[in-house]
Amino acid sequence: MPITKDEVRHVAALARLQLDEAAVERMTGQLGIILEHIARMNRLATEDVEHTSHTLPAMGNVVREDVVHRGLDRDSALANAPAREGPFFKVPKVIEDQEA
Amino acid sequence: MSDFETVIGVEVHVELNTRTKIFCQCPTTFGAEPNTQVCPICLGMPGTLPVLNEAALEAAVKAALALNCRVAEKTKFDRKNYFYPDLPKGYQISQFDEPLAADGWLEFDVDGQARRVRIRRVHLEEDAGKSLHGAADEATLVDFNRTGVPLIEVVSEPDLRSPEEARAYLTKLKTVIEYTGVSDVKMEEGSLRCDANVSVHRAGSDFGTPVELKNLNSFRAIKLALDYEVERQTKLVEGGGAVARETRLWDEKAGQTRPMRSKELSHDYRYFPEPDLVPFHIDPAWVAEVRGSLPELPDAKRDRFMAEYGLPAYDAGVITGSPSLAAYFERAAAAAKDPKKVANWVLGELLAYLNAHELGFDRIPVSPENLAALISLIDRGLISGTIAKSVFPEVCATNRDPEAIVKEKGLMVINDEGAIVEAVDRAIADNPNVVADIRNGKERAMGFLVGQVMKATKGRANPETVNRLVRERLGRT
Repeated sequence: MPITKDEVRHVAALARLQLDEAAVERMTGQLGIILEHIARMNRLATEDVEHTSHTLPAMGNVVREDVVHRGLDRDSALANAPAREGPFFKVPKVIEDQEA
Repeated sequence: MSDFETVIGVEVHVELNTRTKIFCQCPTTFGAEPNTQVCPICLGMPGTLPVLNEAALEAAVKAALALNCRVAEKTKFDRKNYFYPDLPKGYQISQFDEPLAADGWLEFDVDGQARRVRIRRVHLEEDAGKSLHGAADEATLVDFNRTGVPLIEVVSEPDLRSPEEARAYLTKLKTVIEYTGVSDVKMEEGSLRCDANVSVHRAGSDFGTPVELKNLNSFRAIKLALDYEVERQTKLVEGGGAVARETRLWDEKAGQTRPMRSKELSHDYRYFPEPDLVPFHIDPAWVAEVRGSLPELPDAKRDRFMAEYGLPAYDAGVITGSPSLAAYFERAAAAAKDPKKVANWVLGELLAYLNAHELGFDRIPVSPENLAALISLIDRGLISGTIAKSVFPEVCATNRDPEAIVKEKGLMVINDEGAIVEAVDRAIADNPNVVADIRNGKERAMGFLVGQVMKATKGRANPETVNRLVRERLGRT
């Protein structure tokens, strides 16, 4: 088995997915097939092939000038927020200690 | 505790002072009203695409070169995946295995000893927003203005051996970055933030388990948190315990570190190449151009101040610790005759005044020309050093011509000996008992009379002249 059910549960938890047992079973099988495919490709001689981290390697550097363009006004920015409080987005309490 | 050794590595996040954010055109002004500097890109709305700000790239290269790093010819961005309310996309665009720059170093002094720390890497990434906790009801409030502000992360090798060294390294790092002009480096505004990895081990054995410390938001906090953590780990190991690999927060109020509860930062970030940004090729010719645009950096400036102005190493080091202070000194030195005297005034009276009034080196109230003019009044024998010091606060507060202030207050040295003789005679007449003491051989009582004359002349008489005249009038030459 290229991937265990526990690994599937762990990855699902990291991605905030709730999977029932049947889904864990199904995903373990499907992800296993993908990983097997990758393992097969890993057996190919690719030492001389440059990494393809992107499908558009020949585009050159894409940058923009450092010029301010006003985005959204506050009410538009907050318009689709599930909840707001004054000027802020309001989200469920994060139990975490303060973090930078 | 003496057979324990400490190993510290430091990660520093520096906000770059570009006009716009790293991947969108929102402004980056500090202190703006919450959620007024946002757009669909930095809010992570579906369908938006990031485009790199060329000024952020250049600023990062500048900083990397100032830290003696090798700039990569190819670099790319990666996604660092985690969930936190201040990260609207659910990932941070950062750099993982192909950082912008690597293999640098930085030299600094600790107790007069030169130390060198290797810098592992410098990479670009986007800042997160700000969460406000502790609101009355059970909610967290989020401000996304800071989301997408460009950051560089500077990662040192674990080359630091004490909290003092860590502090000295950070101070020097801040200075170098400030010289390059790519950041405001204000810890109090969060434009320079610091995490540290710290471990202890018995001399001769392998390094201990590192603990990551977060929330070190001032130089004071860095020193205190590291001191606390070194002691905690040492006691733990001495007692036969083991240090847990964990992330701990510095609690300023409690004066201690405590473990973070979140599993959010479990270092399972599942980095992968950012598909929305193409890889970047950095032209070495352009890097050379950027290198050429770097200003004189602190070490070079310190050496030049020693050679050119004859300053001692310590003085030159303090003055060049801030580009603003160094520039101020050079202007004052150009206007004055003796650069060493200028350095003494800068390091003495001026720094004391700035400290007392909580002013930064970018807000020195007295012009360098007026400081030079004040020193010149002493050199020309028009006022005493004591008088100069006494009027200095007013010179600072008003930034007026010191000569005018001294004249208005009537503080010029009294060159007219007749006037001093008059004051001496009055002191003798007013203090018959003291005079009797002196005549009976109590020479020390003479000092009292000199003091009376100095008081009467508001310190404007030359003390040596007064001394001589008191002796003369009492016939004790």
